[in-house]
Amino acid sequence: MLGLEKKDFTLLLIVTVMVIFAPFVLNPFPEGTAMAQMFNAGYPDLMQRFAIFGILVIGFNILFGLTGYLSFGHAAFLGAGSYAAVWMFKLLGYDIIPAILLSIAVSGLFSLAVGYVSLRRSGIYFSILTLALAQMMFNMAYSVLGNPSSSYNLTNGETGLQVYNSDPQVLLSATDPNFPHLFGLSMRSETHLLVGNWDFTLNAGYYLSGLFLLLAFYISIRIFRSPFGLMLRAVKSNQQRLNYTGLNTRPYTLMAFVISGMYAGLAGGLLACMDPLAGAERMHWTASGEIVIMSILGGIGTLIGPILGAGFNEYFKNILSKINDSILHEWLSFLPDGFEDIMVTLIHPFVGKGWHLTLGLLFMMVIIFLPGGLVEGGQRIGKLFRRKKADTPSDETPVE
Amino acid sequence: MDAIILQILNGLDKGSAYALIALGLTLIFGTLGVVNFAHGALFVIGAFCAVTLNRIFSISFETTDPTKVDFLGNPATIKTTYLEHWFGAGPAAWMTDWSVPLAILMAIPVMLLVGVIMERGLIKHFYKRPHADQILVTFGLAIVLQEIIKFFYGANPIQTAPPDVFIGTMDLGVWLGFEANAIAYPYWRMVYFLFSTVIIGGVFAFLQFTTFGMVVRAGMADRETVGLLGIDIDKRFTITFAIAATVAGLAGVMYTPITPPTYDIGVELLVLSFVVVVVGGMGSLPGAVLAGFLLGIVESFASMNEVKNILPGIDQIIVYLMAIIVILVRPRGLMGRKGVMED
Repeated sequence: MLGLEKKDFTLLLIVTVMVIFAPFVLNPFPEGTAMAQMFNAGYPDLMQRFAIFGILVIGFNILFGLTGYLSFGHAAFLGAGSYAAVWMFKLLGYDIIPAILLSIAVSGLFSLAVGYVSLRRSGIYFSILTLALAQMMFNMAYSVLGNPSSSYNLTNGETGLQVYNSDPQVLLSATDPNFPHLFGLSMRSETHLLVGNWDFTLNAGYYLSGLFLLLAFYISIRIFRSPFGLMLRAVKSNQQRLNYTGLNTRPYTLMAFVISGMYAGLAGGLLACMDPLAGAERMHWTASGEIVIMSILGGIGTLIGPILGAGFNEYFKNILSKINDSILHEWLSFLPDGFEDIMVTLIHPFVGKGWHLTLGLLFMMVIIFLPGGLVEGGQRIGKLFRRKKADTPSDETPVE
Repeated sequence: MDAIILQILNGLDKGSAYALIALGLTLIFGTLGVVNFAHGALFVIGAFCAVTLNRIFSISFETTDPTKVDFLGNPATIKTTYLEHWFGAGPAAWMTDWSVPLAILMAIPVMLLVGVIMERGLIKHFYKRPHADQILVTFGLAIVLQEIIKFFYGANPIQTAPPDVFIGTMDLGVWLGFEANAIAYPYWRMVYFLFSTVIIGGVFAFLQFTTFGMVVRAGMADRETVGLLGIDIDKRFTITFAIAATVAGLAGVMYTPITPPTYDIGVELLVLSFVVVVVGGMGSLPGAVLAGFLLGIVESFASMNEVKNILPGIDQIIVYLMAIIVILVRPRGLMGRKGVMED
């Protein structure tokens, strides 16, 4: 179906179902309860981030997962995409189609330039070069191109680029909503579905991002299964041998780099569509590091891994940063008083403002013990169960 | 002329910091073959050694003085630092004043310990893993170390003063035959530059003139052969890692009076130090030092107003631009050797 093998089609179908029913599945607790405030993730803001970062990491996976080239500057393309989209809002109006098209194109061009320079080297050199180039883009966006008093203020510096009433917006008509929209459908518009005590929010922006996520996922499956994808894997396993056979690998790696840059641009454009604001901090190299963390958490080189990793990272970031001392006391109230206080003091550094620490530790643990990420973890657990049941060694090929 | 000398001097202190961090990075890279993304965090740990010592010196206890009363009529409490209690007022004041240089004494054992623990506990297990994994695990470690420091010291910059003697600027211009005040240079920056040259000289002398250094250099050139000769090269490399950590830490200690340390200064310096290492040539120690000073000075020239008026914002990107040019023209860097980290 759709040019996919049965296994891949099933995977695509699972992801489709996940995307469609996410607003329900992620809202397991009734509205207004304490559990809902803590664990419910079915609100538009967060779900949009799931989908958008899913797209970003799927693209990153095409580069890092297939070719093994570790880029430490991918956030720069995300930022460039966001800036491009906001400029379209400023110049043309709030229609998202030109915004997304331009953001993909701009990021594609940037990644072509960055890739052309940095793909001359591989391994560590490549990582450092992408890091340096992305940091250069960040510095330019932050200071040179963001000086409000100069005549080439492209990024508006620290304040961030946003749409003002004085902007031209030449295509804006009176009936259009005053927010990014698709043919008049505002990205903010939502339908509330009240079932008993549950309140499910169906948001236009989320479903649009979800649609793009599915599209991105489908293209990535096609790339993984294509001769081109095979070539990229060959680059990862032994580039030297490829060179000896007289094959020039650079066009392939450059292509992969540009594709993943365009994915990042699409993600950046979508971020701007959900909230028409772009800031330079999106391009900082720690943001690039977070992309790497997401893809490693999920499982690098696998198809479903990036989506899992992006979702996992965003979800736990959200929960961990919400937990504070009083919530901890509430949870641990079954313990004896003195012991409870000790436990709260012990856990305190890891939650709330300290969520970075927990994610950093988790990330290290994953790299040390589970280099394949969540997907490998799932496979190991699955294998454990199967061995118990059937007691026969399974020769399952890894799910991709 | 005096403007040029001033810019060179301004570049020296930043260049010193780059050179020290890049030197440590190159040492680790040349010996262990690991790119240490946590090296910036080591610099920060060093910087916070200075902050910690300053705080330790100001730990005090309270005594009541029955002869005086405070404004409420209660007996006045007087805070006395333990330092004063033990050593007397004079030495205590001197030690507080000199807390940053004294922190070096504290930072050396701390950094050696941190280095050994890091290498034995974590990085040792990553020699056989791909470079990407090494980068990622040290990147994770950098986040963790940084967050631990943030937890204890908060996110705001912490002012640490240099000794009183070194506050203020020296009038270098007079010495060199210019008019007074033509070239004013802060004393502490001069101290930092001299300090870094001493450290760099020390590291090179250690590698060049001791048997231990000879073995390490041999190991950098051909690890396998050294191992075949019956030398436990891993143990030496552990110590080399600890030395590299100490160099970064000391660079951090002495840098505190120049820029008040925050938990994330290491991040910015690290990216620049990588650029320095690439420009100098991966695995080349003299290259790292040379490129460190070179980039520091170039950066300071680029931030002159005369230059900025022609090319606005050039000071923000000049370092990266130079790195790109060097990579395109001389892929091995300024002093990189053939066969060292060719990919």
